[in-house]
Amino acid sequence: MNAGLQNLSLVDVAIAALLVLVNGAISVVLKLDLERRLAWAAARTVVQLLAIGYVLGWVFAYDRWYVVLPLMALMTLIAGVAGSQRGARTYAGQRADSIVSIWISAWLVAAVGLFVVIRIRPWYAPQYAIPILGMILGNTLTGVSLGIERMTSELTARRDRVDTALALGATRWEAAQGPARDAVRAGMIPTLNQMAVVGVVSLPGMMTGQVLAGQSPLQAVRYQIVIMFLIAASSGLGTVGAVLLAYRHLFSAEHRFLASRLIERTPRAKRRAAR
Amino acid sequence: MTEPRSAAPGAPVPLVAAQRVARRDAARGQILLQPTDLTLDAGERVALTGPSGSGKSVLLRALALLDPLDGGHVLWRGRAVTRARIPGFRRHVAYLRQRAALLDGSVDDNVRYPYSLAVYRDAAFDAGRAQALFERAGRGADFLARDASELSGGEAQIVALVRVLQLDPDVLLLDEPTASLDPESARAIEALVSEWFERDRAARATVWVSHDPAQALRVGTRQLTMRAGVLSEAPHAGVAQPQEAAR
Repeated sequence: MNAGLQNLSLVDVAIAALLVLVNGAISVVLKLDLERRLAWAAARTVVQLLAIGYVLGWVFAYDRWYVVLPLMALMTLIAGVAGSQRGARTYAGQRADSIVSIWISAWLVAAVGLFVVIRIRPWYAPQYAIPILGMILGNTLTGVSLGIERMTSELTARRDRVDTALALGATRWEAAQGPARDAVRAGMIPTLNQMAVVGVVSLPGMMTGQVLAGQSPLQAVRYQIVIMFLIAASSGLGTVGAVLLAYRHLFSAEHRFLASRLIERTPRAKRRAAR
Repeated sequence: MTEPRSAAPGAPVPLVAAQRVARRDAARGQILLQPTDLTLDAGERVALTGPSGSGKSVLLRALALLDPLDGGHVLWRGRAVTRARIPGFRRHVAYLRQRAALLDGSVDDNVRYPYSLAVYRDAAFDAGRAQALFERAGRGADFLARDASELSGGEAQIVALVRVLQLDPDVLLLDEPTASLDPESARAIEALVSEWFERDRAARATVWVSHDPAQALRVGTRQLTMRAGVLSEAPHAGVAQPQEAAR
């Protein structure tokens, strides 16, 4: 399988890791005060990737659906939580909205990709299911978090206008649709940008990996095309879902804008800063 | 839902009736509005005064069903307002906020906006009428083309008022609409409201929240005061309060 792939020793990896000193030097020379964060980020990169390497090695070898599915669920949950941590304002239930929208959209689209397009066998084949879900989750989480962030910030900034629209007799959807549209647009733009430059400016990691592993570039490109559309579909679906869930939390059926539910994210941020 | 309000035979049904409406600040556990009854009959002009933070705006927003109530309900012509009818109710009972919130775009875009809403499906924008209202407020023919973001506070409030008046509401709830305006704009606002009222005074009513006792006497035939969330009918016995800054 890895006919064309050089095996990397830990020494080889360590040499690459020394390149972090470039960033460290930049930080010191320009007084960016990033050395500690840089060291922490570098350590996390190494530890997290080594750990997932061992976990995946074990999961691939063990190859049982009751191991693969919980791992996928855990990945989804982490993506959902990460997707809810952006933005200056939040509301009760935002994390659940993020998890639900990411879960449904990513799993639905991954199912289409794995069962209809790639037709994996067995149905839980981990070397397909896990990386493909992972790529979908990473991008969906970006869309969802940007969408929710834009929705809450637009509603905060346009609070008076939304309220005025309702006072004039707008339904809750008529009053919310401007901010909701902007939010969905904000969530979908990163994927659109990515699709516009893929292959020209960026060679996606998965494609690069397949080529390095000796796969024919033409096959690798086909996989990448499939992945791009899976990502686009899932992040679009997830963003719309998250924005609609936020809308339902922030507007009542009595056509009221529940602006008091939008709270600043200070308490948790303070707690985090205190640590 | 609720039966028509039991009234003496022959007595007219009030336009708006608030029954035991109450509001609480859930976060602070503070009472914003004690259970309050208020009936607003056709032909009535109510002036509502009281110190800042006493709950005047809270009551007005409750009457427009804009905030969730913690008790009581609001009847429109003797009937409870169901969820689906709330936008229609707000067409009849228009709420004007203290600081006008205008959309991006021109004055024209702003006065046209309501006609894009489902509740005004049966109504059509009448540019001549909007123009005439602006002229009454001393604004010339080019005013409709002005950019909303370039208007002064007084001009913006005139736009917000014309946007509402052209829709022929039955009740106007005015939440200190002139509190931070120059005297000329304030007079224009008062004149526009009074003209609208006089055109069909038997069928219309206003509640005007004001900090200014002199204005309260000008715009109201029935004087109410609010103190710490308690509403009382008060003959306006010169309880002259210093004119406070906007809430």
